[in-house]
Amino acid sequence: MKRIGVLALQGAVREHVQMLKDLGCEAIQVKSKQDLVKLDALVLPGGESTTMRKLLDRFDLLKPIRELAQQGLPMFGTCAGLILLANHLVDDEPHLAVMDVVVARNSYGRQVDSFEIKLDIPKIGVDIPAVFIRAPHIEAVGKNVEILAHHEGKIILAQDGHLLGCSFHPELTPDTRILEYFVSSMV
Amino acid sequence: MKQTGTELVKRGMAEMQKGGVIMDVINAEQAKIAEAAGAVAVMALERVPSDIRKAGGVARMADPRIVEEVMGAVSIPVMAKARIGHIVEARILEAMGVDYIDESEVLTPADEEYHLLKSDYTVPFVCGCRDLGEAARRIGEGASMLRTKGEPGTGNIVEAVRHIRKVNAQVRKVVGMTEDELMTEAKLLGAPFELLREIKRLGRLPVVNFAAGGVATPADAALMMELGADGVFVGSGIFKSENPEKFARAIVEATTHYKDYKLIAEISKELGVPMKGIDIAQLGQNERMQERGW
Repeated sequence: MKRIGVLALQGAVREHVQMLKDLGCEAIQVKSKQDLVKLDALVLPGGESTTMRKLLDRFDLLKPIRELAQQGLPMFGTCAGLILLANHLVDDEPHLAVMDVVVARNSYGRQVDSFEIKLDIPKIGVDIPAVFIRAPHIEAVGKNVEILAHHEGKIILAQDGHLLGCSFHPELTPDTRILEYFVSSMV
Repeated sequence: MKQTGTELVKRGMAEMQKGGVIMDVINAEQAKIAEAAGAVAVMALERVPSDIRKAGGVARMADPRIVEEVMGAVSIPVMAKARIGHIVEARILEAMGVDYIDESEVLTPADEEYHLLKSDYTVPFVCGCRDLGEAARRIGEGASMLRTKGEPGTGNIVEAVRHIRKVNAQVRKVVGMTEDELMTEAKLLGAPFELLREIKRLGRLPVVNFAAGGVATPADAALMMELGADGVFVGSGIFKSENPEKFARAIVEATTHYKDYKLIAEISKELGVPMKGIDIAQLGQNERMQERGW
């Protein structure tokens, strides 16, 4: 059974844990350094990236997670998780700075502009529901990064080797295909 | 097709706040302190609840200038309060692009019979509750998030404890009932039947439920999490304490690590004086904000 951690400082932890269990994985809630041992992968959930960053610093998690990413541990970041992974942020200093993408925060406006759509992702499937909440988008990618999905000209899902990042929240819908892609082809 | 303001989009926004602390602020400077401490959102107000108590008179929606100032100061979500049933205050806040509206008993109600039909709005709403009937009626009207009421502006956790225990005990009861018992329970609670069926099916409320109304220390915040709250609202408890920066930070840390008692002991050391509290028994019936809501 694959042991997959979910960063559990704040945010959509419950949803990711449930979805991982539904896919037959063991889900470990990561709140401190000792929870990071023997993981096969780590999910960085949606939530408030500013809050998560403060807590990563205060509980000495930033460096250990960065090192695991650099050593090749597969990671999947959704929304705030993508912001944490990015090498560069448009209006802020980067956090983990491990994924070769430039990310812009709140790039669709405020909550009243948040939306849901159905997405066709060639590598994964058609009609995949995607919920965007005060969402970021990927403004540019490095040369080894594969762009998996666009919407209205913006990159919203990309893979940099063992790192997967998306703008939206697959964890808020019952559709497990994106997480399945991560678990079965990247972990 | 792109859809805004759907139930999923509105409820999802609250799901992203889980495990976090939402702090009351009255200006840009306080908003920045809250953001730096790790708040997941701020509530922009003209006065914190303890000052609303002192000022007396009619408490209304904040001056839009204050809300705008707070929105300009931070990148985390900004919430604001509208009076119960005040359609136009709510529409004004929505038009300003506030991320969440609190239809709040802390302000003087504009309507003593009807709440807002919150499903009509694109912006999501949070509402207060003291029991499952009230919670379910607010969800029925379209609230995307709940908070137990407690007694705002008192720095006294006793009512917040009462309300979160009550709601969660009633949820457990519904979950344990058989399908044929739910209609009578709906009648007794004054709750929509379909919502009780949904609660039974999910094993929990269909929306996020934070605790509010009396949190003054890191231990209070952790207690609310221990009792099953999804997160915590802190009103007067931060900026009416002796050292807001330290209190704000410690409350955030205690909320995340609410079962790590050694850590909470550590972060509670030498915080200074918390806000001065009020014994609930000394409040007159008309001073109890929790009684507002129907």
